[in-house]
Amino acid sequence: MKKRPAVAAAAAGTALALALAACGGEKTSPGGGGGGGAATPVYNAAIGKVFNPSTAKGGTLRVANSGDWDSLDPADGYYGYGWDFIRLYGRSLVMFAPAPGAEGLKLIPDLAESLGEPSDNAKTWTYKIRTGIKFEDGSPVTSKNVKYGVERSLDKDTFPNGPTYFNDFLDLKGYTSPYKDPTPDKLGLKAIETPDDQTIIFHLIRPFSGFDYFAMLPASIPVPQAKDNGTKYKEHVVSTGPYKFESNQLGKKFTLVRNTNWDPASDPNRKALPDRIEVSLNVNPDDIDNRLIAGDLDLDVAGTGVQPATQGRILGDPNLKKNADSAPLARLWFTAINPDVAPFDNIHCRKAVMYAADHTGFQNAFGGPPGGDIATNLMPPLIPGAEKFDLYNFNSKPGGDVDTAKQELQQCNQPNGFSTNMSYRPERPKEKAEAESMQQSLAKVGIKLALKPYPQGDYFKLYAGKPDFAKKNGLGLMAHGWGADWPDGFGFLQQIVDSRVIRASGGNTNLTVKIPEVDKLLDKALLTVDTPAREKIWAQIDKRVMEEAVILPGVWARVLLYRPSTVTNVYVSEGLGGYYDHISMGVKK
Amino acid sequence: MVAFIIRRLIAAVLLLFVVSVVTFSIFFLVPRLAGASADDLASRYVGRTAGAAQIHQMADKLGFTDPLPVQYARFAKALVAGADYSTGPTTEHCPAPCFGYSFITQNPVWPELLDRLPVTMSLAAGAAIIWLLTGVATGVISALRKGSFFDRAAMGIALGGVSMPIFFTGLLALTIFSYKLRLTAPGGSYTSLTTNPAEWAYDLILPWVTLAFLYAALYARLTRAGMLETMNEDYIRTARAKGLPERTVVLKHGLRPALTPILTIFGLDLGLLLGGAVLTESTFSLPGIGKYAVDAIVNNDLPKVMGVTIIAAFFIIFANLMVDILYAVIDPRVRVS
Repeated sequence: MKKRPAVAAAAAGTALALALAACGGEKTSPGGGGGGGAATPVYNAAIGKVFNPSTAKGGTLRVANSGDWDSLDPADGYYGYGWDFIRLYGRSLVMFAPAPGAEGLKLIPDLAESLGEPSDNAKTWTYKIRTGIKFEDGSPVTSKNVKYGVERSLDKDTFPNGPTYFNDFLDLKGYTSPYKDPTPDKLGLKAIETPDDQTIIFHLIRPFSGFDYFAMLPASIPVPQAKDNGTKYKEHVVSTGPYKFESNQLGKKFTLVRNTNWDPASDPNRKALPDRIEVSLNVNPDDIDNRLIAGDLDLDVAGTGVQPATQGRILGDPNLKKNADSAPLARLWFTAINPDVAPFDNIHCRKAVMYAADHTGFQNAFGGPPGGDIATNLMPPLIPGAEKFDLYNFNSKPGGDVDTAKQELQQCNQPNGFSTNMSYRPERPKEKAEAESMQQSLAKVGIKLALKPYPQGDYFKLYAGKPDFAKKNGLGLMAHGWGADWPDGFGFLQQIVDSRVIRASGGNTNLTVKIPEVDKLLDKALLTVDTPAREKIWAQIDKRVMEEAVILPGVWARVLLYRPSTVTNVYVSEGLGGYYDHISMGVKK
Repeated sequence: MVAFIIRRLIAAVLLLFVVSVVTFSIFFLVPRLAGASADDLASRYVGRTAGAAQIHQMADKLGFTDPLPVQYARFAKALVAGADYSTGPTTEHCPAPCFGYSFITQNPVWPELLDRLPVTMSLAAGAAIIWLLTGVATGVISALRKGSFFDRAAMGIALGGVSMPIFFTGLLALTIFSYKLRLTAPGGSYTSLTTNPAEWAYDLILPWVTLAFLYAALYARLTRAGMLETMNEDYIRTARAKGLPERTVVLKHGLRPALTPILTIFGLDLGLLLGGAVLTESTFSLPGIGKYAVDAIVNNDLPKVMGVTIIAAFFIIFANLMVDILYAVIDPRVRVS
């Protein structure tokens, strides 16, 4: 046999390269070690507790983002990680407590001295701003700066990305923007009063018991009017937090350094441990994972978890797994069951799907237990007021309850099953796997699913989210997922169960829930200022929707995060929705 | 020659116009064929809780409610004469060539393109020099030592280079050389040439070599094939018989005729790379035109898409023009014809 030395050499070289790449796990960064309390890394060490607690200051926190912020401007950002990060350079009226576990779900005062004082049946909310707070240039922060910040966030022409809660709930009386405000001081919005420099009063168009969550939004971060240059403000946001911008190359990177006009005495919530924070943008996500593992990076700020290939590597290697956290999210992946498409207009046909679905298969589609926990009802457990219940034997028969499903089919006059279509987004492999799992499990009871992929970008605007299209194309089942803007019953439920948010023109997030009783309960909750009483209503809504069988819950999502040994004081903030708490993190010098 | 260049330049301008019209039309016509309205298009550029009024307002602002020719005319006018855009409290003038403002970030596109162009040019130029020199040299040696261990090893490695995708070799190279051996810069590193030439070269050496590995393979095989053909020609035997040094025989009489197809491919490859080495920039997180193009397409950001498309088309056209001119330099027969 002829020898093939060239091929053999190439093969040996490749094998050597692969071996080198696979060798070892985490490498500590140069000069690592010391500086803060020691901690033994274990899996989920940062869930419910602080890993590597430390008060040691100094060092540079090296951060990377696989994409880019929608905007660094407090008026124009809507990413959860952006709301987490902005607290480094901005202080809103209230914030989530910087603590792990359930403690982190509580709102506490930040810029304000206390949480809001409701009056007029929760249509008016009053806050007192702390004295002595300054912008980075030393000028004092007053209630008028907060009012101006909220006013500019109303301008959706200039700032289209941000949330619209203030637009929807303030009694605007036609006010659109300070840039079109004819008053000399551009503070013409009558829905917000500032009787003195420390007091700010919000007047709502309808009651809302959870207004403190609005006061948590970045829109309530004060903005100095003299420095506001509209769309360009994001290039240098004027800081009220412990850090300010040193440089900002849009789309590439930016650096934060200490804000010398931030007074720690006025801010019991922020530790401000690192001296510098360097953020790189648009970094290859696989490269981010490799750098985290190598100790070359401290934080993947986007917080969407490691890439699938890295997840397999981490979970398979105890040396890496001990540095990982499977963080719970306020997010549910589910299948919407469309009562507008026959035979799902009959509740028993819908219940047949609830019983027949393979819940373990659904969970596996999302990566098994690290991807999420089997959901038996709507609200993720970390949302205050969430109660777990199981109406359809998800726990006792996780593979599906075929017998009961068949009984339901008898009751809806479809003893041999029927055919219908299921939509999903093909860009999402997990959703495709979910659809395939549903196809297989429902086939056991004679329900034949045809899978219909629709592009992700227009899925809700033109396809699954457009009622006429869904009905015309027989979309009996629709893959869906929803994460709350904040972990609260209103934030989680309203957009997916309130029938009044359904628009014929499309763009809907509520695809299938039209229950008048649920709408009434939502209205009642908005009026209920007492928190425990309000939380009970969320649980009632959850149960009522589950009784109607218009949503098949799949998994309460989790995300696998990696914490390198270079960071200190790390924990997952449940209030912020499963991200590491950015304002508490430090680095080993 | 001058007349030839002028004709080609006129054709280039016309071609760029056609490319811009086609790109503009595809952006709007494809969703329209799927039944999307102006508001449907605009809903991509608002926050997730935006209501119908806000969406319609955005459709108006972005001009989607105007007929397509009007929208294109507005774009063309801005390109040649500039345009004014509101920043909120003020109005900013976008000077020509104005590609507009990003639908997503509201940043002006042309300055961003100019900022990213040096990164792509640095990547393309450096890799091109490496792959040309190594590929051609390897091909020449392989041809001269046909059947030898070097020939077999070189062609085997060339096969590997062509077969392995850049996102594999790139990530592998980063893991080994940047994070384990710490010999090269980590991903995302870029220092401009004018700031620090040594740092510039250090930051780019790994992307250069990785990208060049992919192309050198092809050039080695091309050169080898061309050389094998020309070295068997009668004039080579004549040149040797005349007593010319072997180096002159190989380089002047053997390699030179074989360069024509290599030059053609080189022009196309370089032109394409200057329009954005998408995979390489994404793998190494380099802030160049390629990465910019990917983000633009994924986010349906028309001004950015138009910007990168026209830039990419320009470079391809320019590179082809340069190749045609260089033919005349390399091959006297072209000059005569």
